[in-house]
Amino acid sequence: MTLIEVIGLAWEGLVLNKLRSFLTTLGVIIGVAAVILMIAISAGAEAAIADQINALGANLIIVTAARGVPGRPPTLVYDDALAIGRTVKGITGVAAEQNLADQLIKWGNVSFTTPALGTTPDFPVVRGAPLGVAHFFTQADLDRKNKVIVLGSKVAQDLFGEVSPVDQEVVFGTTRLTVIGVMAPKGKVADTDYDDRVYIPLTVLYQRFLANPMMNNRVRTVYAQATSRETMDSAISQIKSVLAQQHGVTLANPDFIVQTQEDIIQTQQATTETFRTLLGWVAAVSLLVGGIGIMNIMLVSVTERTREIGVRVSIGARPQDVRRQFLLEAMILSLFGGLIGVIAGVGGAWLFDEMGAMRTVLVPWSLGLAFVASAVVGIFFGYFPATKAANLDPIEALRHE
Amino acid sequence: MSSSLIQTENLVKTYDTGEVPLRALDGVSLDIARGEFLAIMGHSGSGKSTLMNVLGALDRPTAGRYLLEGEEVGEMDVEELADLRNRRIGFIFQSFNLLPRLSALQNVMLPIRYRVGNRIGGEEREEASIAALESVGLGERLHHRPNQLSGGQQQRVAIARALVNQPALLLADEPTGNLDSKSSEEIMGILHTLNRQGVTIVMVTHESDVANHAGRIIHMKDGKIISDGQNGKMSQERAQ
Repeated sequence: MTLIEVIGLAWEGLVLNKLRSFLTTLGVIIGVAAVILMIAISAGAEAAIADQINALGANLIIVTAARGVPGRPPTLVYDDALAIGRTVKGITGVAAEQNLADQLIKWGNVSFTTPALGTTPDFPVVRGAPLGVAHFFTQADLDRKNKVIVLGSKVAQDLFGEVSPVDQEVVFGTTRLTVIGVMAPKGKVADTDYDDRVYIPLTVLYQRFLANPMMNNRVRTVYAQATSRETMDSAISQIKSVLAQQHGVTLANPDFIVQTQEDIIQTQQATTETFRTLLGWVAAVSLLVGGIGIMNIMLVSVTERTREIGVRVSIGARPQDVRRQFLLEAMILSLFGGLIGVIAGVGGAWLFDEMGAMRTVLVPWSLGLAFVASAVVGIFFGYFPATKAANLDPIEALRHE
Repeated sequence: MSSSLIQTENLVKTYDTGEVPLRALDGVSLDIARGEFLAIMGHSGSGKSTLMNVLGALDRPTAGRYLLEGEEVGEMDVEELADLRNRRIGFIFQSFNLLPRLSALQNVMLPIRYRVGNRIGGEEREEASIAALESVGLGERLHHRPNQLSGGQQQRVAIARALVNQPALLLADEPTGNLDSKSSEEIMGILHTLNRQGVTIVMVTHESDVANHAGRIIHMKDGKIISDGQNGKMSQERAQ
């Protein structure tokens, strides 16, 4: 028997029992799909992390408030950022940030609501968000509480269209502000759309937009950028001691958290890791169950075709011929499952990505791996039934009804 | 080398079926010359099927010698036995034993496909198989499946399959057992023609009118040959 003939016969057998073949290979289908999906999710997570590192700004140190001292509210203030900027060595800049909920922005007849970020002059450098047009506000703008505004690229486009926004006066909330620049398009980083918001001096935010005096001077996050990876550790410890001094707390019991991108990414990664491990188990168990399914159906097939085996032996088939035939059939069964599994896996990866549930990147070699895995399952679990077929007593086999 | 195709000496085959071992063959010594047409008769349990299986190298005797074309079959390994069944022996069964999912032509090609060494190309295989089918009068039914053929036609496909590797020995186990009388006559006619062309035929049957087609008839009982002789009717026919 040539390979093509055996494959043709096995295929015919599969088509003859469509439902049985499908159910038999379901385990392999799920297993293979899980392998592909697992690898696609890992690759997606890695790509997302790489993107985030680039998007957040390199060598970023992130300071947030923590409820460190009982009885005291968590506080991180503008002055902390100034203190860091003044004293810490080995950083290129410090940006303090405070968010502002959606406000109406108006120019001429055009108006819509947009969120705002109150921040400091180093924002573009530290957060890796360069200007597209003109410039960002300066320390002088902050010190004098100048009523200036920098627009995200989408806000500028929606508000001004073809008109140049620079030096135009807009009303934001109830405050008249002069546009001094437009950010370059950056897109979404994590959940923040850099393009669909406006940027105002932190001090202007405190003066004009905060109803609650408790919030005055308070910032949500302070970002500092180390000059290089090597200066990170030193910068972090300096920042910690400056803040401890500013807040009157000890380093052992701080009311702030200093993190790096890696720390934050690691927590995100942990979620992906859990999911990936789960999928890995699903893949392993499914392939095992699928293999047992194939073994089971091959044993049924050997029993059903005992007489055929007897006939083949009587006309000169060697045991190895019989074994090869059944092994090939098992392999075709599992490769057929593998093929459907690949389609399901690729489709699943696409769906995950499309629904925004999880970023996935299809890795070409994972398709090859999945195929090899299904072939191995076929050989491994097909071997026992094939050997059973090969060792049948021809006389018994010929008598079999 | 003698003109004997088959020589057996004291073939014994016992089965362990409980306390007393069953002696299916109990000292069978047989000499079959090339070109003979031999019928083995006997009731069920007489050992005729066991003898057939041993002669067909499907079963090994417990004791005794079996020489096919002067070669000791008992000393052959699994692969040599497979090659023996493939090239030197052709089987015909009562229930035809065609593979249902294969066409007539594919069924006939099977033995060529299992042939080890001396391989021939795809076209030649097909030609040889078509020739075999034509020789049994089925040149028109090459691509029919067994269930599309009558019993007689199926048995003719089986004969073509048995002949395709040009074996020296044709073993027929109740070849007409599942056929009506007209088809039986056809099949026996084909066997006669083959025998005249030099193929040695050993046929198991319990029907005396079928056995009467053979030139030599042996009777078996309890694993022993109880009679062995030229078929008188046959001799008369030949004499006429």
